[in-house]
Amino acid sequence: MADLSAVRTENLVKVFGDVRAVDGIDLHVRQGEIFGVLGPNGAGKTTMLRMLATLLPIDGGHAEIFGVDVRREHHRIRQLVGVTGQYASVDEDLTARENLWLFARLQGLPGGRARTIAGDLLERFGLQEAADRPLSQFSGGMRRRLDLASSLITRPPLIFLDEPTTGLDPRTRGQMWDTIRELVTDGSTILLTTQYLDEADQLADRVAVIDHGRKVAEDTPDALKSQVGDATLQLGLADGSDIALAADIVRRLLGEEPVLTPESGRVNVPLPDPDRAADVLIGLREAGLAISSMSVAKPTLDEVFLALTGHGADGESPTADDESPMEAVR
Amino acid sequence: MTTTSAVNPKTPTSRVAPGPRRIDPSAAVARTTSHSSVQETWTQTLAMAWRALKKMRRKPEQFFDVLIQPLLFTAMFAFIFGGAISGSVADYLPVLIPGILAQTALTVCMATGVQLREDMDKGVFDRFKSLPIARIAPLAGPMIADLIRYGIASVLTLVTGLAIGYRPGGGVLGCIGGIALTVFAGWSLAWIFTWLGTMARSAQSVQGISMMIMFPLTFLSNAFVPAETLPGWLEAFVKVNPVSHVVSAVRDLFNDGAVTAEVGWAVVGCAVVIAVFAPLAVRSYSRKM
Repeated sequence: MADLSAVRTENLVKVFGDVRAVDGIDLHVRQGEIFGVLGPNGAGKTTMLRMLATLLPIDGGHAEIFGVDVRREHHRIRQLVGVTGQYASVDEDLTARENLWLFARLQGLPGGRARTIAGDLLERFGLQEAADRPLSQFSGGMRRRLDLASSLITRPPLIFLDEPTTGLDPRTRGQMWDTIRELVTDGSTILLTTQYLDEADQLADRVAVIDHGRKVAEDTPDALKSQVGDATLQLGLADGSDIALAADIVRRLLGEEPVLTPESGRVNVPLPDPDRAADVLIGLREAGLAISSMSVAKPTLDEVFLALTGHGADGESPTADDESPMEAVR
Repeated sequence: MTTTSAVNPKTPTSRVAPGPRRIDPSAAVARTTSHSSVQETWTQTLAMAWRALKKMRRKPEQFFDVLIQPLLFTAMFAFIFGGAISGSVADYLPVLIPGILAQTALTVCMATGVQLREDMDKGVFDRFKSLPIARIAPLAGPMIADLIRYGIASVLTLVTGLAIGYRPGGGVLGCIGGIALTVFAGWSLAWIFTWLGTMARSAQSVQGISMMIMFPLTFLSNAFVPAETLPGWLEAFVKVNPVSHVVSAVRDLFNDGAVTAEVGWAVVGCAVVIAVFAPLAVRSYSRKM
């Protein structure tokens, strides 16, 4: 097959009652890439992923994975896709080792092989010490790692990650990112959903922005960010009367027009390159201006949304499907 | 399944070692099968049974019903109804013990449905659904593990009967036959409750509906009283109630050691129940996704 797409959907639709949770999405994920689906809660990300994973019936349109029809060939699709959900889909009553053994057996690995793979995955995901403890003692991050490990038992060529780091602390999030990057080096393709622009930026080769069940943009993270604008340098001056002078320095060094708030002595200016923040600080010091605060703010998902859709990300979104996947099943 | 070849061997030098070969999607597509083979389905069912057994061992309170009911009900019914129905406790026991066995088996069935419903609400069922496994495996697996519960309940009932003076005429073989039939009947009827479990919205509703089915089935049968003492219309129902046939068959086996036509009818009835309700349960379970 010459087609190099891992996932291809055309006009994909899911309707809950009178809400079109997924409303005609075309998606094209290439083999070997990390593709991010970015959107707020209730945008339809999870619903879309669940349809592609055969966990929800497709109401309209066409979807194929490595050329296999998702609607017709449920059993084949399930052999090609590893799914890691927003909520760890592991058995709370079993230990980590038992979970992995069970999933391996269910996928046809002989007992001895299942044991070896369970051991390997526990080691690979840093869970070997907790391997035989009850899952009730596991932290959120450990559960996520076990969940991801469970999806990798048969080394599926396509991996779905539904908000893999939501609710994790920054350190654990970083570890998860490393793990995800390494999966791609094995040749897997990854389709991940996220609410964080930062995460899409860190991981994804390309990003689709979803809002109210529709795709509002698709591009590389860099291109998306440049649509929104770059980071913003926010300066607070110790003495508000210096503000005109400070504005001149900023204009000269960055070539951008600052936004001034004279009452509080604040200067905000677009920052094309974070490195240049230092130039500004040095320039201010050379001019003898003292600052009381300094920060660099990155564009947030909210700003991306504002730029792309004209409304914010924290939405009046009618569907709560991302909140409770179990509800979506019924 | 042929995916066994795609495995990541341990490489101690790196925490996350890339696989020996890169994953080849077109080879993976070529390896896929359109459905689980009979052999695979059996392996999957056994794996699910293993899971159910592990859970049983960790939650022994699950055994409460199969331990208490045989002891309590056998003694209670024997001493309360014995004199009234059969003239004496000793004369009632040959009638009662098979009846209690059937009732206990039905109680265990009910728990099967309730537990399945509870289980299906857990996150791990999302994974079961996303795996390429036969849809019958998550249903049949726990039911295989439940055979142990039927076995314990049946043996306990019989032992309680023996302790208060029951002397089965069918001897050891008759008793083994009767218990085997009870276990088989309970297992078949459990498919009805499994089907309910896949249909109902909550474990409580399964419990409620199951009660409504279980009480008429056991009390509107010949389990505790001779059918001839009932009004004609009720007797007609009692005669077609499958539980009556199972009870009669177990009586024949326990008391006479005889494999009678009733035994045949009981086995046929159970087979019909499986043939009807197993596909219904699997269909309803598959549609839940």
